[in-house]
Amino acid sequence: MPTFEYAPAPESRSIVSLRESYGLFINGEFSPSVDGRAFKTISPATEEVLAEVTEAGPADVDRAVTAARKAYEQTWSVMPGRERAKHLFRIARIVQERARELAVLESLDNGKPIRESRDVDIPLVAAHFFYHAGWADKLEYAGYGPAPRPLGVAGQVIPWNFPLLMLAWKIAPALACGNTVVLKPAETTPLTALAFAEICQQAGLPPGVVNIVTGAGETGRALVEHPGIDKVAFTGSTEVGKQIARACAPTRKKVTLELGGKAANIVFEDAPVDQAVEGIVNGIFFNQGHVCCAGSRLLVQESVYSEVLASLRRRLATLRLGDPLDKNTDVGAINSAAQLAKIRELSEVGEAEGAQRWSPPCELPVKGFWFPPTIFTGVSQAHRIAREEIFGPVLSVLTFRTPAEALEKANNTPYGLSAGVWTEKGSLILWMASRLRAGVVWANTFNKFDPTSPFGGYKESGYGREGGRHGLEAYLDV
Amino acid sequence: MSAPTQAVPELRGFLHGLPGVDRVGAEARAATLASRSIKTTAKQWALDTAISMIDLTTLEGQDTPGKVRALCAKAKRPDPADPAVPMVAAVCVYPDLAHVAAAELNGSGVHVASVATAFPSGRTSLEVKLADVKYAVSAGADEVDMVIDRGAFLAGDYQLVFDEIVAVKQACGPAGTAGQAGGAHLKVILETGELVTLDNVRRASWLAMLAGADFIKTSTGKVTPAATLPVTLVMLEAVRDFRESHGRQVGVKPAGGIRTAKDAIRYLVLVNETAGEDWLDPRWFRFGASSLLNDLLMQRTKLMTGRYSGPDYFTLD
Repeated sequence: MPTFEYAPAPESRSIVSLRESYGLFINGEFSPSVDGRAFKTISPATEEVLAEVTEAGPADVDRAVTAARKAYEQTWSVMPGRERAKHLFRIARIVQERARELAVLESLDNGKPIRESRDVDIPLVAAHFFYHAGWADKLEYAGYGPAPRPLGVAGQVIPWNFPLLMLAWKIAPALACGNTVVLKPAETTPLTALAFAEICQQAGLPPGVVNIVTGAGETGRALVEHPGIDKVAFTGSTEVGKQIARACAPTRKKVTLELGGKAANIVFEDAPVDQAVEGIVNGIFFNQGHVCCAGSRLLVQESVYSEVLASLRRRLATLRLGDPLDKNTDVGAINSAAQLAKIRELSEVGEAEGAQRWSPPCELPVKGFWFPPTIFTGVSQAHRIAREEIFGPVLSVLTFRTPAEALEKANNTPYGLSAGVWTEKGSLILWMASRLRAGVVWANTFNKFDPTSPFGGYKESGYGREGGRHGLEAYLDV
Repeated sequence: MSAPTQAVPELRGFLHGLPGVDRVGAEARAATLASRSIKTTAKQWALDTAISMIDLTTLEGQDTPGKVRALCAKAKRPDPADPAVPMVAAVCVYPDLAHVAAAELNGSGVHVASVATAFPSGRTSLEVKLADVKYAVSAGADEVDMVIDRGAFLAGDYQLVFDEIVAVKQACGPAGTAGQAGGAHLKVILETGELVTLDNVRRASWLAMLAGADFIKTSTGKVTPAATLPVTLVMLEAVRDFRESHGRQVGVKPAGGIRTAKDAIRYLVLVNETAGEDWLDPRWFRFGASSLLNDLLMQRTKLMTGRYSGPDYFTLD
């Protein structure tokens, strides 16, 4: 037994009042679907059913798009920017006021540790609305002409890894620019989006400006392919992203895609080792590795390989895996059985291909979906675990000898979403950053997000940027 | 990391060859660990452990034998109402009052710590510093808290700092002195508030450990900032790495500015998740503090009874 055993410190669930079932949020109110289909959303940590959620069919999507069109034409696009700003500010403040409730709900439905939903997700959600509220009446200064126009109705499909944060990344810029939206949250994590629908009501947002339709892939397809939308924004897998790109190619729809990644986290021999180890951990075990920009490929300079690996192993042994609502949990649950199966499969492939698998001693809960923090060493560029996105707490470790080799290996991937560089040498950071084919390059840090900073990918990681001045372009007719 | 020799270029090369510390990352790590939630049984253990790690300190010009005697009484029995409260680790005083503390604490198990080497500035000759140390040890101090020459350190004269620590360690007496295996226990105060950068903190930590420090200590308490979580994090990494490479365990003592039980528990979490549980022991981790003790006692009473009592229910010394 450890000398200093942390007693359980669970965040109370009582702040969340779950309804038994949720309707679709269309034209400012919750309504049932036309064909009455529904599905259940569960807590991935316990497999407990949390609520029943309505599945939107094509007729429901059509209703939502019609409501959004009407709101766009009659209300939102003609409203002065400073008035739109007030609505966004109000939403941001309500998110802050209800932060604890939203954090608990997010951890319940998604499985991520409360420390992350409380300290990262929800504060960033509020920050995105505050930031874009500021843009709403200043669009003529954004560099897109003297009076940039919105696009119209945006169809937005978001993933399950940062449910409410991805919603904020999508809805905040769309509304700031004068568009209305129909958003589909992921089928495994619809609850915070539905709580957000309540926040829209609470903020007095005009009906139809934000519509939330819940459902799985078919609902998403109906939305993306609906002829009444002018803009498609998608965050998710590269596979689905390609389907969307194909579906939208013969249409007038403007498309932005934020897809997968296989980021290199590059540690040079003169790196600040202790902070680099923290950065490696944060890069791949943050949110159980369910992060498109996760630093899933660790590239370590051979001259410090054994020191870095020893430090990393020691650090992994201190990670606390378990109840997502416990305030001391570092690693929560895998979001779904399907995702767990995929992580298991790719890990087995890694072993079969000859890489060495290691996990710290770690007891997994019996119920729910869990995977221990895992490191693969002896990985080569040719291995599938070095090329394919695992989207789980699995790190592939590779080595390099020179900066040029590090660069070559880092760029040798079909993806290009993010990269990390660890060195105390400023000139090397600049040299690497200007040559890495990745949308975000972090220097001596990893997985840091800010609404002022554009985010997006190269190559198969997608196109378009979200956040910052650049992110506005995706929602303006320019 | 190989052991350096004592010649100047090697020592400098070794210290400058240590991995850098990224300030932003170190502060972020310390802040994350500070958000740990320590409740119920864990809190109970932490409060008692923190009490047992205190170097109860008075280092004022106005200190008198009476004040020191009162402090010693408090050290032996922190809460007169509850004999289950552990004793603190040591009482820390100026050298001229060490004999008073030694007489009061004789046989109690509470150590007598004395600052020395022209504390807090250290601005005098080596002869005077060594005389200061010998005086403290002869008066009954079994722990000596020395200050390093920060001026020499900042000027890059690492060898001078190193040699002084070696000399002070020698002045602490041969094995057996003051009942300690290696003479009086030597705590080396880095005064991190004057070293300023975390790179300097790491280098000074290694310098002190290589020169023979039994403990490395953040501050005199006379300079702001005194102990901080990021500084202590870097020092804990240093003792952890030093044990790995040199096979000798060195203790850590944050001092100054730690006033509340909440602060103390944050430090214990830092120890637990950085150096590891081997350091969760008064032999390897201390708090240099005075007012901290009463807050720990108050929180302890709150935890046991479910009620807060006022400061008047805890003795002042």
